[in-house]
Amino acid sequence: MKNEALYNYVLRLGDDSLILGQRLGEWCGHGPILEEDIAMTNISLDLIGQAMSLLNYAGEIDGQGKDHDALAFLRFENEYRNAILLEQPNGDFAHTMMRQFLFDAFRKPLYEKLLDSSDQQIAAIAEKSLKETRYHLKHTSEWIIRLGDGTDESHQRAQKALDLLWRYTDELFFETEEDLALVAEGIVPAMKVIKAEWSKTVTAVLAEATLNIPTNNWQFEGGRRGVHSEHLGYLLADLQYMQRAYPNMKW
Amino acid sequence: MKTMDLQELEKRFQEKIDKEIKIEPNDWMPDEYRKTLIRQISQHAHSEIVGMLPEGNWITRAPNLRRKAVLLAKVQDEAGHGLYLYSSVETLGADREATIDDLHSGKAKYSSIFNYPAVTWADIGTIGWLVDGAAIMNQVALCRCSYGPYARGMVKICKEESFHQRQGFESLVTLCNGTPTQKAMAQDAMNRFWWPALMMFGPSDDESPNSAQSMKWKIKRFSNDELRQSFVDATVPQAEILGLTIPDPNLKWNEETGHYDFSPINWDEFWQVVNGNGPCNKERIEARTKAKEEGMWVREAAMAYAEKRALKKTA
Repeated sequence: MKNEALYNYVLRLGDDSLILGQRLGEWCGHGPILEEDIAMTNISLDLIGQAMSLLNYAGEIDGQGKDHDALAFLRFENEYRNAILLEQPNGDFAHTMMRQFLFDAFRKPLYEKLLDSSDQQIAAIAEKSLKETRYHLKHTSEWIIRLGDGTDESHQRAQKALDLLWRYTDELFFETEEDLALVAEGIVPAMKVIKAEWSKTVTAVLAEATLNIPTNNWQFEGGRRGVHSEHLGYLLADLQYMQRAYPNMKW
Repeated sequence: MKTMDLQELEKRFQEKIDKEIKIEPNDWMPDEYRKTLIRQISQHAHSEIVGMLPEGNWITRAPNLRRKAVLLAKVQDEAGHGLYLYSSVETLGADREATIDDLHSGKAKYSSIFNYPAVTWADIGTIGWLVDGAAIMNQVALCRCSYGPYARGMVKICKEESFHQRQGFESLVTLCNGTPTQKAMAQDAMNRFWWPALMMFGPSDDESPNSAQSMKWKIKRFSNDELRQSFVDATVPQAEILGLTIPDPNLKWNEETGHYDFSPINWDEFWQVVNGNGPCNKERIEARTKAKEEGMWVREAAMAYAEKRALKKTA
């Protein structure tokens, strides 16, 4: 492989989009309001589109002729590199919105920095995806504030979601020695820059939502190394069903 | 109001209809016209929303990312159609939430086709091809419906539905040109969806009590049987292109009539499914009711937050 570090990096981006897009698709037809059903499906659609571009590019870097479908559907569980946060089940609407918000607050500054990537393909994908991600973050920030500062029940649900999901957030900023070489080459930004932006957004929105950041900051990780939660297996069973049951066919 | 006045109003109303002038929300209209439209448009809206369920069932299992994206976009279109249609219902003075409650209580109906399960991937292509295809037959005629908001909404809906129909057909072309397993999957879907698709046009004309008045008011332009025949005539050649067999031994071109003859429909099944005894009626209504009940706190939160904001502004 020409550039294993770049492959791994792009694969992580692609898997984050793929797995979260897959999760959001589960809401289709079951949303709390018709307008929100449409919004969640729309975000899912954006993420699946991003996953296609990113995984195609990962396949190109890999150079073994794998396209986005080969990567999305035909890997084993421990070969997926998404953050554990994104494979967490949807739970209630507060849980889904909190998961999405914590991710969007990470993705937006990341794409903003990737616009300046010396890798043109990455810069182009970032440009397209940033437009979408700005909307996603606006949408989820508004909902987090509405739920946090809405009724007692919505506040409790939003706080519970934050308490449960907070432990998975640090993994978003995972960075390897090889990544630092990409940083030095101007291909990707340093994660500490992204984390600073993320913290600013998250702190401001959660404060307006009257929600409290958990005091216990014990963090989980593993997804970036292929060690996932029990939830991913079931998600992949659905995702991969057709490709596994009917191998080598065109659809 | 005096009787004479009412007769005069009704006369003028019918004259407008006869002259193809659209009826708009603030125009006078007979109560029965209003009621008929509320019933029909809300049923149509419910069909779009309930129709999201069988297809939504396959979003997580779509066989590749392109098909997943296409299916997501399609189901999203259906939700959008539901929104326009509920808005049209509101122009007639009905309440969106109240009409949805009628769906959940079983008082309001929706298209029976969505009470059949989508059990294989081929069902998704088949629903696009046959179900959206049948819907278009109905809806193209509705673009000329006498009620303005419904007719205009239908123009946009028809464009999207016809796109869905072609997407469904294209998906089946891929299966029918694929492996024998894929072709068999497509045939199996055809076998299960053909008759329910023909039932989508409703009871035959002699069993359809509301039709004559709806035709006079130009809410309807063609009878159920006429539309059903047009659908069969349009669809048989498409099935031939796919190489799929239509599950009707009596299907035959009739030189004299210039139409295809086909077997009688199983009306017992039709009425059983309409009256709640189809394979998925219970699941569909349960899913929609659950979405509404579990979403209650979200809607309450949004309202409470909006009120707080309004208070802050005035303070």
